[in-house]
Amino acid sequence: MSSLHLEYEVEGNNFVSAGQATEKVKFCLKGMGINPADIRRIAIAMYEAEINMVIHANGGKALVDIFVDKIVVKLVDTGPGIADIDKAMTPGFSTATDSIRDLGFGAGMGLHNMKKYTDEMYVESTVGVGTTITLVVNFS
Amino acid sequence: MTVKTLAHKLNAKELNLADPNREVERIYAGDLLSHVMGNAPSNCVWFTVMTNVNICAVATLTDCSVIVVCEGCIPDQLTLERAKTQGINILSTVLTISEAIVRVHNAG
Repeated sequence: MSSLHLEYEVEGNNFVSAGQATEKVKFCLKGMGINPADIRRIAIAMYEAEINMVIHANGGKALVDIFVDKIVVKLVDTGPGIADIDKAMTPGFSTATDSIRDLGFGAGMGLHNMKKYTDEMYVESTVGVGTTITLVVNFS
Repeated sequence: MTVKTLAHKLNAKELNLADPNREVERIYAGDLLSHVMGNAPSNCVWFTVMTNVNICAVATLTDCSVIVVCEGCIPDQLTLERAKTQGINILSTVLTISEAIVRVHNAG
């Protein structure tokens, strides 16, 4: 099936530019006439993933494929990796520093929100190598 | 009520009024951005004391009608510029979050 492929670089530790990839995808989906509720779901999940790469992984890449019936977003980083994925998925668990919390992040809800707002979510991670998060939202 | 009416009820400073006639249908309060993103309904007034630029992204993603920064907090210049660029309504009030909610609730 044909798809629209988009790629974005996400800069590490830059909280001013954080979220720009998500905003571009949101704008693109809006232009395609996708249901606003679906746009909201993928935008929230993707923003959480983007912020995680900014905070924890010194940035990374967002690879986006938009199909007729769904959007697939892969967020690929070469950061420290997640040692215990189950623990990281637990609401409230966070390794963010106090300075990150001062910005309003680090609530430990990021991965939880990604799961909550997507139809499929996959986390692949190897400590010392990096993390790839895949988010899928089916269009209603 | 509209954002303009809300600003009046809260005696709020109008930091950026991109769409003063936008309707406010719900109330939400919170400072931890993941909680806000996860729970703030569309077309709400969002009360917070956070002031950094990321509140603009969260407001856009949740499609809230207006951000009200409480307790006299004022967002930095970068946040205000982003609000202007993205067409986000943003107000500031000296009221605490709870005082502001009570006032909006009582105003119907």
